[in-house]
Amino acid sequence: MEKTVHKSNNVNKHNRWGYIFLIPFIVVFVIFQLIPLISTIYNSFFENYMSGLKHVGPKFIGLANYAKLFSSGDLPTYFKNTMIMWILGFVPQILVSLLLGAWFTDPSLRLKGQRFFKTVIYLPNLIMASAFSMLFFTLFSDSGPINSILVSIGIFAKPYSFMSHVWSVRGLVAMMNFLMWFGNTTILLMAGMMGIDQSLFEAAEVDGATARQIFFQITLPLLRPILIYVMITSLIGGLQMFDVPQILTNGKGDPMRSSMTLIMYLNKHLFSKNYGMAGALSVILLIITGILSMIVFKVSATNENK
Amino acid sequence: MRISKEGIAMSESKANKQTNTVHARRALAYTVLILLSFLCLIWFYVLFINATRSNNQLKTGFTPFPSTYLVRNMTNLFKGSTPVVRGMLNSLIIAACSATLCVYFSTMTAYGIHAYDFKGKRAIFTFILAIMMIPTQVSALGFIRLMSRMKLTDTYIPLIIPAIAAPVTFFYMKQYMESNLPGSLIEAARIDGASEIKIFNTIVLPLMKPAIAVQAIFTFVASWNNYFTPNLIISSKMKKTLPILLAELRNSDWKTFDMGQVYAMIAFAIFPVIVVYLLLSKYIVGGVTAGGVKE
Repeated sequence: MEKTVHKSNNVNKHNRWGYIFLIPFIVVFVIFQLIPLISTIYNSFFENYMSGLKHVGPKFIGLANYAKLFSSGDLPTYFKNTMIMWILGFVPQILVSLLLGAWFTDPSLRLKGQRFFKTVIYLPNLIMASAFSMLFFTLFSDSGPINSILVSIGIFAKPYSFMSHVWSVRGLVAMMNFLMWFGNTTILLMAGMMGIDQSLFEAAEVDGATARQIFFQITLPLLRPILIYVMITSLIGGLQMFDVPQILTNGKGDPMRSSMTLIMYLNKHLFSKNYGMAGALSVILLIITGILSMIVFKVSATNENK
Repeated sequence: MRISKEGIAMSESKANKQTNTVHARRALAYTVLILLSFLCLIWFYVLFINATRSNNQLKTGFTPFPSTYLVRNMTNLFKGSTPVVRGMLNSLIIAACSATLCVYFSTMTAYGIHAYDFKGKRAIFTFILAIMMIPTQVSALGFIRLMSRMKLTDTYIPLIIPAIAAPVTFFYMKQYMESNLPGSLIEAARIDGASEIKIFNTIVLPLMKPAIAVQAIFTFVASWNNYFTPNLIISSKMKKTLPILLAELRNSDWKTFDMGQVYAMIAFAIFPVIVVYLLLSKYIVGGVTAGGVKE
């Protein structure tokens, strides 16, 4: 600030460059994100769909699309599916990440090969989700290698049809999500753990605290902000779950639409050109993520003020 | 004398006990880590083995050893009707262009906010942070309608240009600038009479190299892996990207396929990424946290 006062002429002359440097971002944002978003919201109030080859609408119908989403039971069902698969993946993910983070940052353990392990556990995150999902589909198919192994070692008498049972499909989706994200979460939590004042650990050790006590009494409470951050960003990511279940079930969400997620449903409406319903669904997703990101915003803001 | 001896003995036994528990915990940690590493890698191992086997061999069940059909599976794949090489090339072009535009313009936007004082700066910054978490899918409907009105469907423009406005990359760059971009250097360049755009290109960009490398990798990967948007935009066969081709493979009557070729295609999509990742893992694993989360 003093600099501004000191050379105010010089700086004022340059400051218009602030606007110039922002132009590309703002222009692209307005064209490719803001206008589409407004048009999406606008479309959600219209009846506008294809019935066979006949185009129905657009006709203003107020909130009827929203009412239909809820009353048909589709939205609650797909929301439930999405949440179940997210929770099934997230719970093991956060537990394993906390454990690994605590081990990696524990100076008394002095684990060797940390770089190797970190590289390996982060690897699945970079694999194309569609390829990973297609891989799991072939590996777990009725005549695939997993069934072949399980039958040959005698766990199953005959191949288990993973793709036609509700909980095995959900389980596979959750497992892929777990594998893809636990490395990332571990690295994030480790950064949080290393940020904790080391003298706290030393003091606790002098007082004779066990590793378990240190973890539950010191590490965990101090990690609260970052844990909330990880949880909400993962939840926002979970709501966007698409590639993995889409490819695994070929967009059908089988069996009996039990693995159909919200975005898969949106994708279906977009392809069948049912714009009214797609719009209403998008707006609901926007509201949910809006609320969730406000929580993240609040948490990180209070964290900064500390 | 006696007391101090007892004291020493006690602290020794305590120390012994502690080393024992440390040993036990270390053993447990290694066991869990090895199990998790196995769980991460086994799929790719099975993929590799199966990509080396013929359709008939695959029908007889799994064996843990590679066979000799890798080259034949690959040549069959390349000669087949699915344009996989073209698909990979398309993915590569889109991802490379997106990553380049994204890091260049995100750095520029961050620099605009970081280095200058102007009216509405706080408001713009807060606004960008606020939209950071909004998923692209929620505006997809308006996006595809606008693109078709602008006659941009089935082109790469809707897949590349939007990368210029990337709030997450912007935020990372802004964080990095706060600790790594000395104002004195910029002042010195100004005194030397360099223009603002030249200062940005010749002084700021080189100083941002580490952050640019990390973000370029992450943007590249995100674009490379993207299935949702390209699937809505691209329709002609030769323009399709790798994820779309994989989805089509799943959609086709794959049971009648040569399974060796199916595995070869998945391997073709996955293994190049693994090789590149192993070469760049230092930057990637380190880059996940640096600036990403403020702690």
